Amino acid sequence: MIHTAIRTENLSRSFDTVQAVHDLTIEVPSGIVFGFLGPNGAGKTTTIRLLLGLLEPTGGRAEVLGFDTQMQPDEIRRRTGVLFEYSGLYERLSAEDNLEFYGRIWHLPSGERKSRIKELLTHLGLWERRQDPVGTWSRGMRQKLAVARALLHRPTLIFLDEPTAGLDPIAAAALRDDLAALAYREGVTVFLTTHNLAEAEKLCGQVGVIRAGELVAIGAPHQLRARGNAPEVEIVGRGFSERILMLLRDRPEVAAVDIQNDRLLIGLHGNVDVAPLVGLIVSSGAEVEEIRKTRANLEQVFLTLMAEEEED
Amino acid sequence: MISDVWTVMWKEWKELLFQRTSTHGGALTLLIVIGVFGIIFPMQQGNDWVASPLVLLLSGWVSFLSVANVVADSFAGERERHTLETLLASRLSDRAILLGKFCAAVSYGWGITLLVLLLGLFAVNLACGRGTLLLYQGAIGWGSVGIGLLSAGLAASAGVLISLRAPTVRQAQQTLSLTAMLLPVALYALAYGCQVLAIDRHALVAAITATSMTEIVCIVMAILTALDMGLLVLALARFKRSRLILD
Repeated sequence: MIHTAIRTENLSRSFDTVQAVHDLTIEVPSGIVFGFLGPNGAGKTTTIRLLLGLLEPTGGRAEVLGFDTQMQPDEIRRRTGVLFEYSGLYERLSAEDNLEFYGRIWHLPSGERKSRIKELLTHLGLWERRQDPVGTWSRGMRQKLAVARALLHRPTLIFLDEPTAGLDPIAAAALRDDLAALAYREGVTVFLTTHNLAEAEKLCGQVGVIRAGELVAIGAPHQLRARGNAPEVEIVGRGFSERILMLLRDRPEVAAVDIQNDRLLIGLHGNVDVAPLVGLIVSSGAEVEEIRKTRANLEQVFLTLMAEEEED
Repeated sequence: MISDVWTVMWKEWKELLFQRTSTHGGALTLLIVIGVFGIIFPMQQGNDWVASPLVLLLSGWVSFLSVANVVADSFAGERERHTLETLLASRLSDRAILLGKFCAAVSYGWGITLLVLLLGLFAVNLACGRGTLLLYQGAIGWGSVGIGLLSAGLAASAGVLISLRAPTVRQAQQTLSLTAMLLPVALYALAYGCQVLAIDRHALVAAITATSMTEIVCIVMAILTALDMGLLVLALARFKRSRLILD
């Protein structure tokens, strides 16, 4: 059992004057869903192509499942499944024929191939329409089929390049659930690129954030959230006078105070105890109905990281 | 490797079958080719058909045309329909992908030619047999089969080579058509060259006439084999996954 599914060291790739991936150094442990986040054109797809040995790096190196991407790309492709931005399905062929083709490519014995195809199509709710040409299917169904194709040969690692892009929210949620269930059930490592932060937060055990080819952050979603905006306290009530605001601003643990729509918003320096602040507000004559302590979600962290990079 | 080539051929055939049977135009074109060259032509020629050098030309031409009609789709079609990258990310080797597509196109074109040759024989026997079985004579028989195969190979290797880098099927088809037009131009240039070099045309014609049909067929097949192999090797050399993805 390999403990590190993917390891890159200063991996770089440029196209003429454009630096698509720059000095990327990451380590993805086996058996997790790794989210690779970034805006369009950040270098996510290029990274997948580099990891599959489909493109040669202009600098650095990478190992996937213990194999060098430049020296042993065949060994990597033998053990991985992939779903690129486009489903890559043959629309003139039926779902069964699409899977049959890839099953043959991966040398699955006839009996196993048939039972595996049935298992996956049934699990994804596509079995009834297995004989229809894929071109007649909805985009959501095609994406599900493409996920089935990526998992068909029970790969150790699968690359999914924005699997829910272009899907409506219901189809995206359904595919996400299927993906999570399948990944968990099959025990595979998933390398998922997305710019859907909510998706990454739900699915991923670890995320990396890339911008303009450079890695700007990496870690578990909760670690990234902790790196992001400091906690904030939202207090719903009445009587938040100017004097209370001034008293709060004088406190060392308070970073900012503001009133928005009759709600008192207090920005904090770190994860501090808010009870003394609430006591101060109440003793100064305000009425408190509700107190919420919020932490930045992954989307806020992502936007902050992108903004920081732009400023740099 | 052989099973991988077979797998790619299986997929190509499935797609071809769908393409040919799902549109009236596709099926009709095929029926017209088979009807004209497999029934009408032979019946017009009668008994002479089985010994006519025209059969050699026809088998080469039908093969070339049939393959040229479908081979442009091999890589350009996959690129256009966004299936190429997934195929390249599979465990298939470069050779298996290329040879699978090449063999599928050749078997399609050669299959049609064999069908036309068999139908022609059947039609001639039916119309002019008069109790005796008419068969293609000597070099005409095996030459037609061989030239049919090698012409299919020529169209397939040239088509695959062009399709490798063509961004769209239409562009691949256009380039392939232009390339096919080079053949008569080359023949004309050869004739012009003979004139310029003051080669005695009558002596040349006499030399050709003195050569037996078997020798001519062998020479033509040798030239076609060399062209097929050369183009196929060139296609293999140009098959670079990174280039195919970025093109």
